Amino acid sequence: MTEFTSAGGHGAVPVTGVPSDERGARRSQPLWEVFVRSRRGLSHTHVGSLHAPDAHMALRNARDVYTRREEGVSIWVVPAAEVVASSPDEKDAFFDPAGDKAYRHPTFYDVPEGLTHL
Amino acid sequence: MTAPTAAAQQDVAAYALRLGDDALVLGQRLCEWAARSPQIEEDVALLNLALDHLGAARTLLTYAGGLAGPGGAGVVRTEDDLAYLRDEGDWTNALVMEVDGGDFGQTMARQLLVAAYQLPLWQALSSSADPEIAGVAGKSVKEVAYHLDHARSWVVRLGDGTAESHRRVQAGLNEVWPYAFELFERDALTTRLVDAGVAADPLLLEPQWRATVEAVLAEATLTVPETTWRPTGGRSGAHTTGFGYLLAELQHLHRSHPGATW
Repeated sequence: MTEFTSAGGHGAVPVTGVPSDERGARRSQPLWEVFVRSRRGLSHTHVGSLHAPDAHMALRNARDVYTRREEGVSIWVVPAAEVVASSPDEKDAFFDPAGDKAYRHPTFYDVPEGLTHL
Repeated sequence: MTAPTAAAQQDVAAYALRLGDDALVLGQRLCEWAARSPQIEEDVALLNLALDHLGAARTLLTYAGGLAGPGGAGVVRTEDDLAYLRDEGDWTNALVMEVDGGDFGQTMARQLLVAAYQLPLWQALSSSADPEIAGVAGKSVKEVAYHLDHARSWVVRLGDGTAESHRRVQAGLNEVWPYAFELFERDALTTRLVDAGVAADPLLLEPQWRATVEAVLAEATLTVPETTWRPTGGRSGAHTTGFGYLLAELQHLHRSHPGATW
């Protein structure tokens, strides 16, 4: 079976059987996925990806590219190659069965007033 | 509190102008990397640094131009007057700010030498007797701490990287190194302002600068240049050949189309 991984935040792409540029520029600058927490109490959210030679520089690049307009208080960077992504081939088996299970949605409760971040 | 004398105000204006010219000229040099950086992420990073310098320059030039009015020659000059309408000989930035950025390695070497100076400089100026300068310093300390971290990260990676990156960053360091020492000169103006508690003592900054720089160079497997050539003159308006070209690019739009806005 073809192996898949995340690339550039654009979903799963195959990693085997793809012609690659072996001249080095991109090999020495692998892809990193960037997650930013916009403020305390919220989760880190995927905001995009970038190239960097190592984790230290990836974090600094992420600071410069994704938080220059006060977007965040915390950053995670993750090697894109380490992200295990679901395959488009498995889409039906993975996601379709949830389509007709309305009772799984918490819509049968009254939400107390003033409750945020739900 | 007694009102500062006109002479004292002129001193503060001249000092603020030096700090502002340093910031504006280095910012302009960094802007030359726009769309030319080795990677798009670094393009954004370098322009972020440039914008930090530009922000400090705007405040300092506005302050210097205003002081020259009430206390000094009586003519208030705006930040634009000072940035766009002064000729080479009226600029008081240190030469290291204007020296050619060369390749990326040379720019990072220059960034290291300047940031390692500006961090203790702004730290000292945070407690300046002049509240306006202390205010700029308080903001700049945080910015330049990142500039130093950025420069250190790259100098270590280039120096301790491939044979080619090592060769280039060492060559760049050798090129900019002699210009750094002008930053630690103490002239009559700085002496008066150090005594007044306004300025940072350049003589005290040098040991801190040297400790920071030498630690980074050691980690980067780079050699401290041995040259004893010490070019100077920027503070009194004697600049390098390339400075005229820098000013031409900075000023030509404003001079060709006075009052142009967008």
